[in-house]
Amino acid sequence: MSRLSDVFSRCKSAHRSALVSYLTAGDPNIKTSEILLNTLAAQSDILEIGMPFSDPMADGPVIQAASERALAAGTHIQDVFRLTAQVRQQHPDLGIVLMGYANIPFVLGFENFAKQAVSAGADAVLLVDIPPEEGHICDAIFQQYGLDRILLLSPTSTEERIQLVCKHASGFIYYVSLNGITGADMGDMAAIEQQVGHIRKHTTLPLCVGFGVKTAKQAQEVGNFADGVVIGSHFVHTIPTHIADLETMNQALKQASLSIKEALLA
Amino acid sequence: MSTDFTYDLTIHHAPDEGGHFLANGTLFGGCFAAETLMQPLKEIETAFFEAWADDEFQAERLSLLKHYAGRATPLYHAQRLSKEVGGAQIYLKREDLNHTGAHKLNNTIGQALLARRMGKKKVIAETGAGQHGVATATVAALFDMQCDIYMGREDMRRQAPNVFRMKLLGANVIPVDSGTATLKDAVNEALRVWVANCEDTFYIFGTAAGPHPFPIMVRQFHTVIGQEARAQCLEQAGKLPDVAVACVGGGSNAIGLLHPLRDDDIRLVAVEAAGYGLETKEHAAALCKGKAGIIHGSLSYLLENDEGQVQPTHSISAGLDYPGVGPELAAMMESGRLEVDSATDDEALAAFQTLTKIEGIIPALESSHAIAAGMRIAAGMKPEHIVLINLSGRGDKDLGTVMDKLAVNAEGEAA
Ligand SMILES: Cc1ncc(COP(=O)(O)O)c(C=O)c1O
Repeated sequence: MSRLSDVFSRCKSAHRSALVSYLTAGDPNIKTSEILLNTLAAQSDILEIGMPFSDPMADGPVIQAASERALAAGTHIQDVFRLTAQVRQQHPDLGIVLMGYANIPFVLGFENFAKQAVSAGADAVLLVDIPPEEGHICDAIFQQYGLDRILLLSPTSTEERIQLVCKHASGFIYYVSLNGITGADMGDMAAIEQQVGHIRKHTTLPLCVGFGVKTAKQAQEVGNFADGVVIGSHFVHTIPTHIADLETMNQALKQASLSIKEALLA
Repeated sequence: MSTDFTYDLTIHHAPDEGGHFLANGTLFGGCFAAETLMQPLKEIETAFFEAWADDEFQAERLSLLKHYAGRATPLYHAQRLSKEVGGAQIYLKREDLNHTGAHKLNNTIGQALLARRMGKKKVIAETGAGQHGVATATVAALFDMQCDIYMGREDMRRQAPNVFRMKLLGANVIPVDSGTATLKDAVNEALRVWVANCEDTFYIFGTAAGPHPFPIMVRQFHTVIGQEARAQCLEQAGKLPDVAVACVGGGSNAIGLLHPLRDDDIRLVAVEAAGYGLETKEHAAALCKGKAGIIHGSLSYLLENDEGQVQPTHSISAGLDYPGVGPELAAMMESGRLEVDSATDDEALAAFQTLTKIEGIIPALESSHAIAAGMRIAAGMKPEHIVLINLSGRGDKDLGTVMDKLAVNAEGEAA
């Protein structure tokens, strides 16, 4: 079994939803990022480590700015792998997903990327702009290296697309709760629940819900019907808010993740 | 041409089902889009191919191109310029005389008709030079659609007259501050807005790039340029051109001119912006200097660093200041069918002045790159040869930039 499926079975036995957290690697700089990633990892079941990119087309202002800070601080893809390895060393059971845009692994070469991702301890890859139709450029390699490929579904996904995505995804499926970019306001909870229920008819993969989840209450509500709750912008936001003081930044991130974690345990 | 022009509506050299253009086993194009956009893009694809096969749609499109845009645009034998250059005969395809002053309207008429057919009430677009923004705002006015144009703040400064034109036409112009505050960032922002509003909004993409079906769709709407030019050249000169030249930002005027000529025995030349020089980092020459990369939904050539981060570009012309290029041009280059050339800021500026003084035609700075390279190519050829250059737009929008630049250059010379 893959580490991700272990994570979900553990959560299932504990009758709770998994906390899937996101931070951009190298934000606000590499040294601080290592501390923040480990702080967040301690509260999370799965950590999505963002690979900074110059043109984050699917991200809202909060995560765009995170990418800009990380790149301005000189974060290279090797730093992303190094940070991943450091997190992995301290958190052997954590699920780790490398998340970002196609061009980073494409330019590195998918094989080279997969090799380094695996040796750093990543379990899966989520590339926002490689839909199943374009999986021909990477799927075989990721499979060969044992990396799960997380795919997205959204409110615009038709029946046909749901089937296509379920066929090609592994690890878990990420349901984007709204038509929009990261950090937008959450859509209607009842509609999201209904759609998640519908997707379940097509797959046995765990279903995580994200985009727009910001409060403990929302996390709890989503946790009632989803296998995992993805929180990104809400955590990333603690970085610019406390940019002048790294200690409070780390504390704020810890607090934010603790309160979500508690909501999921309740 | 006074009589109606007959266009070939067959789709030649279509990409595969997924929008991939293949060249020597290398794949370009495709649909590298986020899941949320996949269905809206599929809907546009379906609607486009249905519309393209629909006589009524075509009749309305061609009627607007004729009576509203003023097509066919002339093919003009620039005799004084040819003599000045002292080589081949230079013919200019006068897209500057298309309504709104550039080729861009060919595409926006097509996409706006499609948007209306799909029941969309609102259109959005990105713009660099402002020509695509103006062309979009124009059709939005004509079709009574709400219109938001995303434009990098830097480009708003460079192309202020076009910003005012768009506002007069009733569009909202929304400044984009992220990244380098130019065209690529305007595309990012328009994509983000489209994701959130795809239910009621149509994204009128401005060039033959982006995710499938935009490259094929935008190309089809612009092939009027090359089809007319081909027939006009045969009629006026009794033969086809020997070389056809167009500037490249994303590639729409270039693919529009060159695609209908690709099965002829004609040299096809794409001219990129060399900015301060190809040997510097300050240019926008994705075909000449880029590597394979994925940006804005498409796999093509891209100006990027070794780790895939998109690099800032520079060109005197906002419409060419883009790090990517349309996938079909990339595939045509890869297969050896397309030659690539470039012109620096200074060469473009010189060509701008030459054409203005010698022919009384003020070209857009974008088009001035094609003029510069076309003159260079013509100079090395014989008087019986023909060089066809796409004069993609007129230069009124650039007068401020040219004025500033000439003043700076004069100061430099005086010092
Ligand atoms: C007059 C003119 N020519 C050329 C271009 C470049 O675009 P494309 O490469 O799509 O033709 C522009 C873009 O704004 C333009 O305004």
